[in-house]
Amino acid sequence: MTRRIPDIPLVLIALTLSVFGIAMVYSAGQTDTPTFVTTLWRTQAGWFAIAVCAAFAASRASVRLLDWLTPFAYVLTLLMLILTLAIGSGAGTAASSKSWLVIAGVRIGQPAELAKLTVVLMLARVLANRREPPESLLELWHPALVVGIPWVLIMLQPDLGTGIVFIGIFFAMLFWSGVNWRLLLLIASPAISLVLAFSTRLWGAWFLLLLVLVWLYRPYLVEGIVLVCINVVTGVVAPILWEKLAPYQQKRLLVFLDPSIDAKASGYHVIQSQVAIGSGGWFGKGFTLGTQKRLNFVPEQQTDFIFAIVGEELGFIGVTLALTLFLALFMRAIRISSRANDPYASLIAFGLLASWLVHVIENVGMTLNLMPITGIPLPFFSYGGSFMLASWLSVGVLMRISREGRGRGELTAI
Amino acid sequence: MSYHPNNVSRRATVARALLVVGFLALTSQFFRAQVVRNKEYLARAEQNRFREVPLAAPRGIIYDRNGRIIAENLPGYAVSLLSPTADSLRSAMRRLSNVIPITEDQVEAAVRRWRKNPTRPAVILPDAPFDVVAVLEERRVEHPNLLIQSTPKRYYPDGPAVASFVGYTGEVTERELADTTRTDYKPGQQIGKGGLERSYEEQLRGKEGVRYVEVDARGRVVRDAGARAEVPPEAAKPLRTNIDMDLQQFVVTLLGDTLRAGVVAIDPNDGAVLALHSAPTYDPNRFVGGIPADYWRELNTDPRRPLYNKVIQGRYPPASTWKLATSAMAMEAGLVQLDDHMPQPCTGGYRYGRYFRCWLHSGHGDINLRQAIEQSCDVYFYQVGLKLGLSRMVAGGLKLKMRERSGVDLPNETQPQFPPDAQNYFNERYGTRGWVPGSVALNLSIGQGENAQTLINMARFYTALATDGKAARPEIVSRNPERVQIMNLTEEQMTGLRLAMAGVVSSRGTANSARVEGITVAGKTGTAQNPPNPDHAWFMGFAPAEKPRIVVGVFVEYGEHGYVAARIATKVMERYLKAATAPVVTTE
Repeated sequence: MTRRIPDIPLVLIALTLSVFGIAMVYSAGQTDTPTFVTTLWRTQAGWFAIAVCAAFAASRASVRLLDWLTPFAYVLTLLMLILTLAIGSGAGTAASSKSWLVIAGVRIGQPAELAKLTVVLMLARVLANRREPPESLLELWHPALVVGIPWVLIMLQPDLGTGIVFIGIFFAMLFWSGVNWRLLLLIASPAISLVLAFSTRLWGAWFLLLLVLVWLYRPYLVEGIVLVCINVVTGVVAPILWEKLAPYQQKRLLVFLDPSIDAKASGYHVIQSQVAIGSGGWFGKGFTLGTQKRLNFVPEQQTDFIFAIVGEELGFIGVTLALTLFLALFMRAIRISSRANDPYASLIAFGLLASWLVHVIENVGMTLNLMPITGIPLPFFSYGGSFMLASWLSVGVLMRISREGRGRGELTAI
Repeated sequence: MSYHPNNVSRRATVARALLVVGFLALTSQFFRAQVVRNKEYLARAEQNRFREVPLAAPRGIIYDRNGRIIAENLPGYAVSLLSPTADSLRSAMRRLSNVIPITEDQVEAAVRRWRKNPTRPAVILPDAPFDVVAVLEERRVEHPNLLIQSTPKRYYPDGPAVASFVGYTGEVTERELADTTRTDYKPGQQIGKGGLERSYEEQLRGKEGVRYVEVDARGRVVRDAGARAEVPPEAAKPLRTNIDMDLQQFVVTLLGDTLRAGVVAIDPNDGAVLALHSAPTYDPNRFVGGIPADYWRELNTDPRRPLYNKVIQGRYPPASTWKLATSAMAMEAGLVQLDDHMPQPCTGGYRYGRYFRCWLHSGHGDINLRQAIEQSCDVYFYQVGLKLGLSRMVAGGLKLKMRERSGVDLPNETQPQFPPDAQNYFNERYGTRGWVPGSVALNLSIGQGENAQTLINMARFYTALATDGKAARPEIVSRNPERVQIMNLTEEQMTGLRLAMAGVVSSRGTANSARVEGITVAGKTGTAQNPPNPDHAWFMGFAPAEKPRIVVGVFVEYGEHGYVAARIATKVMERYLKAATAPVVTTE
């Protein structure tokens, strides 16, 4: 059976989110002193139209075609990332970093956005080709390399936000491929050691837990020893690493722990964003009427902190609605993923979901200081053409996977 | 990948559960911020965008006893700037200085005000002339953070005539702001600086109102009015005084600008101060909103000391006006009565260790107390002093409250100088063997020696003489009249003393030349020795002698003779009593 529009619920949720998002971009431009943001919503609406068309076009491409294209796309992505490091430039708040590909003075786009998609495709291909999920650290080298190379290239820009997204994608897809949770924890252990190294007592507790885990999981002996050693090393190295961080990076982390230490500068964004959201109350101050936004107290109100406007103008009800829409999108993606025809398609669907999820948690959490500030956009909401396009391309791929997967056994009504 | 449907659906369940948990955790955080802590954040959002612009309350109008205005408010303009930083304030003022005159001092003053309270608009011109306001109004658009407000400005219609008691207002100083007893003052506000303005500050200041302007994140004013309902200022209630402006003006005209003198007129029956003036005077209107530096220098370098109040601050030996105190003490002790003679008649001097002179070198002869008062015989009073002895004289002076402030409702009243006791004080001052009690008593008996009184405190003493021995606390604003018995003399003795004092202002007395047609004036002259400079002139008295309604004290620095002061005093009494019997309608 062929339908014109595959997976109508998915498309409807994505459409609602996009319209909601464009409305918020419009509101972001409604300030007492008009700025360039005032007209951005039209550009965003234009991108939205293009993105929807692109999504439908993408949904025409079969999963097999994607499978065939994946290695080329992956290599192309790596080349672009290298090129960006060589000739890239910064923009906006991150003017000193190199994340934009600029050719002849024209900003083409952020290759990192493309990388999110191709890494998902490539990782899906690598994991799907295995009959059994990786059961030891050694078996993980191939997937780790797939994510690791672009991750290093992106961290060199530096773009911490996208780096976090890659890590999220990596773990989520390992989980979906059936990797044991204890192994996942072991993989994550050096990172956890790194964070906990700042408190000797916490780190000690973690180390004991790690030993228990190693004994429970009983990996190869060498692996186990290496893992424990790495944990010890990171624990020792962390303070040294901290010293090596640029002052602004240190500040960001410290401010995350307590924004009031620098209320006038670094902590300012978070504090004002919290004030905006908190002052919204149950029903908000009304669409376009947020005072924190109107008077420019909310920073980057059309991109990174757009969710603060949702909180301020539409209140707790508006926030819950937006988060529920995202939840619905993710639930739909899980459904598509679990009904996919083959492991490759299933992993792609889950990887795309993971990418969105990390964006949402990080971006929304940041507005309430639950997450450190990284310049990471909110899918369907934040102003930005390439991101809107990337989000809808993901929708397109999901549409295709959904359509191909529908023939499978447990076919029920949506 | 293990892709058995069972495995997949198990993982999907785990993923769904994790998602729901994450969703609930995130939502609960928003619930906490938006619903639970909503009030706190809302207050902070309001604090972000609103700036309070104070609306000055008109100060209370001060009236005289007949409803004539002593102090009022004229419409004035204050210009202030809202600035997020001190630097932006500076640069905004520099830009303004292209169109209006602004000195570097004014910039620094404004920055100081800003530092004291950065969220409050910093006053840059507390009292802007109208032409400056007109220029600024035209350029309002270029300076959105400029606030031009009409502000009541203090004005004293009679200016110099009321300076001695009304004081003036000015911007609250940093020291006053640091004062912990008045915590509710903010930089840029006006405060009473002297006189009644300071004594009755609480009553006169009114309640400041507030209006709100909305600012953006960069501190620029985006909405001037209507952002939030304003709280209108509350004007203070008027203050009615006992001053009789007609009499006050009369006193001022009488003293003119050349005398260095003080005059106070009090109703002895309730202590109401009818007039109080210290000459030369100054114009309090020039003090309002900042004293011009050159005027301040002029006043401070003037040898006649216009800022030194000769009624409540100046302390001088009371000289012969004190003889009534000596008389009252001796009569109360039963040592001397009005008809008593002293052992030694006046031959122009008295020998006690050394030779003590009488002012009349030819001598007064053998006279009684009544005559001694009329003619102010020193030799007679020397002997009264010896009879009384030093300890009784010191104790008597203390009982007459000669070591206490009069309690007039003005700030900065000086405490009179008088020995606190008859022994230790002198021992400490001169050494145990360095003084002779008799000589001290002799000096004290005629109002010289360790005795310096303020004019107002002497006037309080004379209110007791004018009535039944009760001294009335001088009050410019009626609180609750307070009269204290300081003398215990019989009705007869009091009348006798008053008659003797009436003799002073008669052909027999020292103030012969100060007589007034139709009114019996009672009083006492005084000539305070002030070597090497000319003597000071005193006169303390009241009228009518039969039933006194006004006590007048006059002190003229370098006046040379008591009668100089007496002539002024009796004219004041005449003016008051004649106006009171046939009231002059003062409509201006």
